[in-house]
Order: sequence, then structure tokens, then C-alpha cells
Amino acid sequence: MSATLGLWGIPLAVLGGATRVSTPFLFVSLGECLTERSGRVNLGLEGTLVMGAMSGYGVSYLTGSAWLGVLGAGVIGWLLGALHGFICGKPRVNDIALGIAMMLLGVGLAFFLGKPLIQPTAPRLGAIPFGSFSDNLQLRAALDVNVLFVFGVALAPLLHFGLQNTRWGLVVRTVGESAEAARALGYDVNRVRLLATAAGGFLAGVGGSFLSLYYPGSWNEGLSSGQGLMAVALVIFARWSPKRCLYASLLFGGAGAIGPALQSVGITTGYYLWNAAPYVLTLAILVASSSATRASADMPAELGVAR
Amino acid sequence: MTRREVSAHWPLRSVQRRWFLALTPCLLALSVSCSKKDEPAAGSSAATDAKPSVAPAGAGTLTVGFIYVGAKDDYGYNQAHHEGALAVSKLPGVKIREEEKVPETMDVQKTMESMINLDGAKLLFPTSFGYFDPHILKVAEKYPGVTFLHCGGLYQEGKHPKNVGSYFGYIDEAEYVAGIVAGGTTKTNKLGFVAAKPIPQVLRNINSYTLGARSVNSKVEVTVIFTGDWSMPIKEAEAANSLIAQGADVLTAHVDSPKVVIETAEKHGVFSTGYHASQANLAPKGYLTGAEWNWEKVYTAYIEQVKAGQTPEHLVRGGFSSGFVKLSPYGAAVSDAVKAKAEEAKAKLTAGTLVVYAGPMKDNAGKELIPAGTQHPQTDITLESMNYLVEGVKGKLD
Repeated sequence: MSATLGLWGIPLAVLGGATRVSTPFLFVSLGECLTERSGRVNLGLEGTLVMGAMSGYGVSYLTGSAWLGVLGAGVIGWLLGALHGFICGKPRVNDIALGIAMMLLGVGLAFFLGKPLIQPTAPRLGAIPFGSFSDNLQLRAALDVNVLFVFGVALAPLLHFGLQNTRWGLVVRTVGESAEAARALGYDVNRVRLLATAAGGFLAGVGGSFLSLYYPGSWNEGLSSGQGLMAVALVIFARWSPKRCLYASLLFGGAGAIGPALQSVGITTGYYLWNAAPYVLTLAILVASSSATRASADMPAELGVAR
Repeated sequence: MTRREVSAHWPLRSVQRRWFLALTPCLLALSVSCSKKDEPAAGSSAATDAKPSVAPAGAGTLTVGFIYVGAKDDYGYNQAHHEGALAVSKLPGVKIREEEKVPETMDVQKTMESMINLDGAKLLFPTSFGYFDPHILKVAEKYPGVTFLHCGGLYQEGKHPKNVGSYFGYIDEAEYVAGIVAGGTTKTNKLGFVAAKPIPQVLRNINSYTLGARSVNSKVEVTVIFTGDWSMPIKEAEAANSLIAQGADVLTAHVDSPKVVIETAEKHGVFSTGYHASQANLAPKGYLTGAEWNWEKVYTAYIEQVKAGQTPEHLVRGGFSSGFVKLSPYGAAVSDAVKAKAEEAKAKLTAGTLVVYAGPMKDNAGKELIPAGTQHPQTDITLESMNYLVEGVKGKLD
């Protein structure tokens, strides 16, 4: 066993935390970003995240393949997203209210169906040991990166590019900016939103499988504790840009690792405060980046329309 | 959401409650002066108002309710109680009723009342620490014919209703022995402890673990990370990772379910010792031993008392000697020499000849805690308000 790094462990732990803790935030916020760009809010992603965690663990346990678990979680998320999109397509349905209902449904269903999954041990996802060149334990721990995180990091610029530069991206944005204009152009607004919500659900489900299959890597009822909701808030924080969703998730994950990392080197003063670091940071950045004149310039116009 | 719903009905309830409060002294006097046989009658008269009366228990059948704050198979606190409940359910003439995931809110009062009114439970074990005040106290006043036994040792003579009792175990004896095993097995001399909150019971476990480890290896340092709450899977994983990164090669935890910490340790190839229940099958390679509750023993004894018509003792505490706590079987990585030391300490603790908190003892800032020649045996009440970390623990409390 090699020498430890002492205080240098803190930035390393923050880096490691950024890759580990941020992944579910990243997937859920990218999914929600896509959904909201089409002009609809899906608050139910907390439920989707928990359902994804539960079903991913279950599928992995039953089939013996963690990757099938990830896929299963995605499919369940896709179905929940599609359900949300379908019901919201009906006249006079409020997407916020439905989202809350979907959240409670997803969480409740996951707890109910997940009862028999608390005890068994399912196959988990492995990590890519980017740190294998070093024999320093801390460096290696920080550089153990899960493939899903790599996917997520690649997906953010891809989604960004897709929304800005492709035809379907233009369609999604048009639907999100002005349903009337999209209709006038001959697009089926509800269908576009249904697909965008379902795709967002898929991503949130995959994010859930990361929780149960990699980090912390087991199914239990306290697993998510509101991360899905935080991720939805991150989209607003990231002002509806997939790239900024990536930065916001990384920041959030890294800040979450500060508390435990400080305590592990013996700095325990005010650990409650350090544990609140992600939220303090979010507040600070929101205040710093707020503007009286161009407050909601990035917000898809259809989001503000009361239906 | 349910809480809001409940508080909407609250005024109505408080009227009922006042009615009860007015009645309670009479009822208490009644139930004290009456012989045991009359007690169920007193119970049902208390419940006449708007509530269906307490269902008479079938001849000889005792219905016992168990309430858990989390999942009953969580590899932790709740599983330990559930294992006790399972043992109780096998006793003749006893029926059990369990409910999981009951929050420490008005919800637990509703659960208790439904167990009493719908299932006819005569004995309740609401196991979570936060159920006691005010929830158990309120419901106990309302149903004097039902016995409420709570895990945590909070009962105060004269202040709390007579039909309430509390029990707790000196689990830090088992932590002391687990510490010996950890201290004897570590190669880096660094142990990691993931804890929820710096409350006396948790500090006592951390200190006993440290004292045990340092009794066999004076170079040992224990690093503590507080996660802030009883069930925080991500924080616990992050804490375990940080401890391993700082060189700790034995991890343990005092949280509701040590599952995440034990699994993280196993994944990184370091050792672990368990808590609450056995986590041995989560870490076949690295699990050394663990401090476990043995509620089966406590619950079985209580039920015998209730069935024999006695009032259960109000305050019950015990350690190794009374069988309240036990050790997980030693893992493959524990050497025979270490096992021998652990067994020796366990035998002495059982016999009462080894006192964990004996002077001279200093805290981790060098301040004297216990002067030489002074001893605080397990039953010493001052230990239950512990607010220090002993020498060898890395961390500060403030």
C-alpha cells in the first residue's frame, strides 16, 4: 500500500465525487432539458429515477447482466415518460400537477415492487480504471470512472449540437418556442412532445440504474432522496442548455464530496455546513448570474404558457 | 402530505385528547389499584369514545405489534428487530403484526392505534428511537391496557405512563471486541468509522471501538465521518471512499443500514466490521466480525412476562452477560492470535471483570476525562450522556 496524499486528497476526492455523484444528476437533467425544450415540464423524473434504480437492479439480478439492467431501467423510464407525454397531450391537462402525480406513483411503485430486491446482490457495473498507471490508491480511486459517466459526458455536447444544428432539433425548439408556429408548419405538437418526454424518461431511467448498479451500488428505499427533483432544478440553473447541464452536474457532484473528504483528513468543524455546500453554491451562482434585463431569455416560451 | 391532512383534523382530535387527559388520572388510579385481570376492562373504557373498543384477545393468544422506521430486511437496525420479531412469532400462543417504513411522525400514532383497535394488539414494540416522545407517550396515555416497549432506554420513572417501558443493550461491549479484531488485523493502523450523528450512543460506540483497537495496537487511529443522518446511501459511499483513500483498511459504520459501507469496503478490497445485524454475506472476503443485537432474547423474555400476567420491567438493559448483544462469527481474515485476544476480552466483559471506561483516560485533545483509579462500569448512567471522543479518534465535536 502506497503513501497517502493527506490534504491533496481533498481535491482528488472532489474530482472523484464529481464523476461519481454527478452521473444521475447529469442523466436526469439532460433528459429534462430535452423535454423542457419541447415546451413541457416533467416533474415526475424523481419517480422515474427511483423506478429506474429499482428495475435496473431487478433486471440485473434476474438476468445476471448489469448492462441489461441499464437497458431495462431505460425502457421503464421511456414508458413512464411516454405515459406522462400521452396524458399531457389530452386537453386541459396540467403538466406540473401530472408530474407530481407521476413522481408519487413512480416512487410508490418502486418501493412496492422493490421489496424483494433489498436483500439480494445483483451484478453491478464495473469501472474503467483510468488511474491504473499510478500505484497511489487515492489517485486510482478518483480516476475509477464508470462507462455511464463517459456516455453522459459525450451525450451533453451531442444533445447540444443536435438541438442547435439538426432538423429534429429545430422541430423540438420550434414546438417549445411556439406551438402555433409549429402547427402552422404542419408539425404534430403533441407527438413531438410525447417523443421528447419519453426520451427524457429513458435518460432518467438510465440515471437511476447508475444509482443501484454502480454508486452507491445497491437498491434501497433511501437511494435517491430527492436527486431527481434537484436535477430538474439544475435544468433551470443551467438555463436549458445541455452543455451547462453537464457543468452544473459536475459542480454539484464535486461539491457534494467536499464534506466527507474534509472529515477524512480530520477537519470536522461544521460538517453540516459542508454537507450543504452544493445548495449554497447553487444559490450563490444563481444570484451571481441573475440579471434584471435578460432574465428568462433562454427559457422556452411555451413553458411559461399556462394551460 | 399525510401530515397536513392530519393536522387539519387536529383540533377535533385535541378535544378528544383533553377528554382523555381529564380521564387519565382516574384511569391510572383504576388500573393501578385494580388487579391485573381488570386491566383490559380499563383499556376498553378508555377507548369507548368514538373509537371501537379494544378487541378482546382470543383466549391465550397474545397479539404483538412491531413497528419499524425502515425496511425490515435492511441489513441493519430494522432487520435486527425483525429477527427478534420472527423468533417471537414462533412462540406458542403469540401472533405478530409488523409494519415497515413508518415515519417518526403522526403516522406512527395512527399505526399504533390501528394495531390496537383493528388487530387487538396488547403489546407493541415501536422500535425507532424517535417514536418515543411524543408519539408513544400520547398513545400510551390513551390506551392504558396496552403495553408499549421502546428501544432506547428513555423511560423515566414518575414522568412517563406506567404502561411504557424501554430497553437497550450495551452494544459497545461488542464494539469493543470488534475494535480488538479490527486493531489486530489492520496493516495501515488506520480504521474508518462512518457515523450518522454525534449523539451519546454513537460516540460511545466509536470510543469503545477505538479503546478496543488500541488495547491491542496502540498505534491505531480511528477516523470518524459523520454523514448527518441515519440513512444517506450516497454520503455513506462517499465517506467510505474518502476513508479508504486516506489509507483506512478496516471500515465500520453506525448508521441504520451499514450495507453501503460494507459493500464499498469489499469492492475496494479492505476489511470491515458490521453493526446491528450480520452483514457477513455482503463481504465474504473482508468481513471480520460485527456487533449485533440479540433482540430475540429480550423479546422472548418480555413476552413470557406479559403472558405470565406480570408487568414488564420499565427499564431493561444488558450486554454480553445477559445475552442482549452478540458478535458475528469471525471472518476468514481474522488470525487465531487475534481471535484469542477477542475471545479473552469477551469473556472478561461477560464476567464483568473488564471495565471499558477506566482511568486514566484522555480525550483526543489531550484533556483528562477519567482520572487514574476511577472506573465507570457499564451501568454507570454518566456514560449515557457521553460528549467526547477518546484519544486515538481523529475528529472534533462541535
